[in-house]
Amino acid sequence: MTDAAELRRRTQELLAAHPPATTGRLDFLRARFDAGLAWVHYPEGLGGLNAPRSLQAVVDAELEAAGAPDNEPRRIGIGLGMAAPTILKYGTDEQKQRFLRPLWTGEEVWCQLFSEPGAGSDLAALGTRAVREGEDWVVNGQKVWTSSAHLARWAILIARTDPDVPKHAGITYFLCDMTDPGVEVRPLRQITGEAEFNEVFLTDVRIPDARRLGAVGDGWRVAQTTLNNERVAIGGMRLPREGGMIGPVAKTWRERPELRTHDLHQRLLRLWVDAEVSRLTAERLRQQLVAGQPGPEGAGMKLAFARLNQEISGLEVELRGEEGLLYDDWTMRRPELVDFTGRDAGYRYLRSKGNSIEGGTSEVLLNIVAERVLGLPAEPRTDKDVPWKDLAR
Amino acid sequence: MSTQPDLLYTEEEEALRAAVRDLLADHCDAPGVIARTESGAPHDTAAWKALAGTMGLAGLLIPEELGGQGATHREAAVVLEELGRAVAPVPYLTSAVVATEALLECGDDELLGRLASATTGAALALPLNTAAGGAYKVVRHEGGALHGELTGIADAAIADVLLVPADDGGLYAVDADAVTVTPHPSLDLTRPVATVTLDGVPGRLLGDAEPAVRRALRAGAGLLASEQLGLAEWTLTETVRYLKERKQFNRPVGGFQALKHRLAQLWLEVVNLRAAARAAADALATGEDTDVTVAVAQSYASPVAVHAAEEALQLHGGIGMTWEHPVHLYLKRAKADSLAYGTAGVHRAALAELVDLQAP
Repeated sequence: MTDAAELRRRTQELLAAHPPATTGRLDFLRARFDAGLAWVHYPEGLGGLNAPRSLQAVVDAELEAAGAPDNEPRRIGIGLGMAAPTILKYGTDEQKQRFLRPLWTGEEVWCQLFSEPGAGSDLAALGTRAVREGEDWVVNGQKVWTSSAHLARWAILIARTDPDVPKHAGITYFLCDMTDPGVEVRPLRQITGEAEFNEVFLTDVRIPDARRLGAVGDGWRVAQTTLNNERVAIGGMRLPREGGMIGPVAKTWRERPELRTHDLHQRLLRLWVDAEVSRLTAERLRQQLVAGQPGPEGAGMKLAFARLNQEISGLEVELRGEEGLLYDDWTMRRPELVDFTGRDAGYRYLRSKGNSIEGGTSEVLLNIVAERVLGLPAEPRTDKDVPWKDLAR
Repeated sequence: MSTQPDLLYTEEEEALRAAVRDLLADHCDAPGVIARTESGAPHDTAAWKALAGTMGLAGLLIPEELGGQGATHREAAVVLEELGRAVAPVPYLTSAVVATEALLECGDDELLGRLASATTGAALALPLNTAAGGAYKVVRHEGGALHGELTGIADAAIADVLLVPADDGGLYAVDADAVTVTPHPSLDLTRPVATVTLDGVPGRLLGDAEPAVRRALRAGAGLLASEQLGLAEWTLTETVRYLKERKQFNRPVGGFQALKHRLAQLWLEVVNLRAAARAAADALATGEDTDVTVAVAQSYASPVAVHAAEEALQLHGGIGMTWEHPVHLYLKRAKADSLAYGTAGVHRAALAELVDLQAP
């Protein structure tokens, strides 16, 4: 069993052999991966040491104290959070060896080709087709809301391989080379003026069968690993009071008494209380996880924060009075990260509208809470036994 | 803020919860509570004796050297969650929390000892809707006796001693036998209010009223959030159970998305309320960040408890409107609780000062 002391020893060994001050960033990250200190809960040889996941913090703290570079996790979130756990669970040895190291070091950026114009909440209805030709699959279709597609070397992709069976059964999961000549990436400009996301058009893209992840027709099950990991990240952060979007509004309120009205005051106090209570709920969830008693409360956190962000930023635009009529910058830009704090109230108002849509709409999440937490009956299904090709669209 | 409040329940707190729940299951079944509300003696004295005396819960907040349990607000909060779940007609909040806190501030060991041994119950003679820091009516202290009329006193009918503020700034202990207690038909059938008339009665000076009242009302407001959590939890759980069972249009009513979303929303509110209530109980126990945390909890708790009870009534349909079904007990308690120790609006106004978000 690898304990904290052992991890500290190995981290110091890594730092001694590859001093961050004199080692190139990428060289250091590769050495860290090879030392099993990238994600300690992964298997040996794949960047880990089969250690408990909670001990990663020990390694991170040592490395941070030594001024070592990190792999900029926010920039490669889709690879780390979604592609990697899926490849680890369903990949062949060859796939794991090929993909995990450059994924973790950030040398190869990943994106996710899941959503389609005709398959949003009902993702399993997706229509991108993959047809077997010899040792390859030939893929045709359109994907949407793909962040990082313009930066990505690889994509996780789900496509329909059998239209004659019900929708969940005919899907297969692939690892798609984004440099294939049939892949066209177009920026998708959103209401904020910028383009965080892309549309991806796939025309006769050839994917070797060796880049299939999991069995043919098993793609929906494989995709669950990806999607479950998407929601894990929320709730782990420890925020101080006024740490979220309420912070800038409270600051403006204190500094600009001339903007205050009685109506805004009542709404601000309500939202301040809601934000503080949500912060306490997130803190309680964190304490439950630390105590090894995970509860179902996490299911609600995304719902709560989507509503809070929207209402608080809406209030902020009103509070700013005449300035609320302005917008900082409509220029079409391609940000790598969502920057809520670096922009004005109008941006926060518009961008947060996406919070109740991305990563599961609030309506779908309410269904999930009702069915999985409260145990209420599932929605009636009219599509369960119908071949995909016969579904209404 | 240096440390985060402990928002979980300890094993001992869970054991306490289980014991209280067991006892209430034996004593406070819904038909019994409903029948008692019209009996002229709405309080359940048997349940109160068992809780306060046998289990020693009346002395949770009283130091061991005075015969109490020397526990904290965290444990008292767990008791209140269970009392809320059962909408139990016992004077725990008014006597074992609010009156006890006032006596702790005055340092009246004699009365505290009697309260701890459950031989005496007390009530702070202020309208139930008084908030900490708010104005309240006092009686006249003249010629060594107290004169006046005080209204809106919760659980006065079952109190042995009344803690009465007078115009000389003192808080006096007055024997209930010496005053006239006139119970009133009350919105909350399980926590009725009464008028107390003092017609030249003797009182024993306990200490200064102002700090005692402030401390008592702050603790009452903070721990009331746990009672409100219990109310909301029961109404949500019971409504979910009923909607799985109730069938219309050839399917369980709980399968309709319009209702599922409302229940999921309510669940979210209850989850939030739990965090807010635990934070308030912990803050009262540790004394850290107490004013803000209590004001946050009371700003949040009242609308949630009322919403939960109102949703329960609506989603039960016709049966929810009947005297026979207990949901009305919860609605009446939740609505009265939303006034108790200050409305959500009063607590938000307090927050505006506390966290420097001043009114225009």
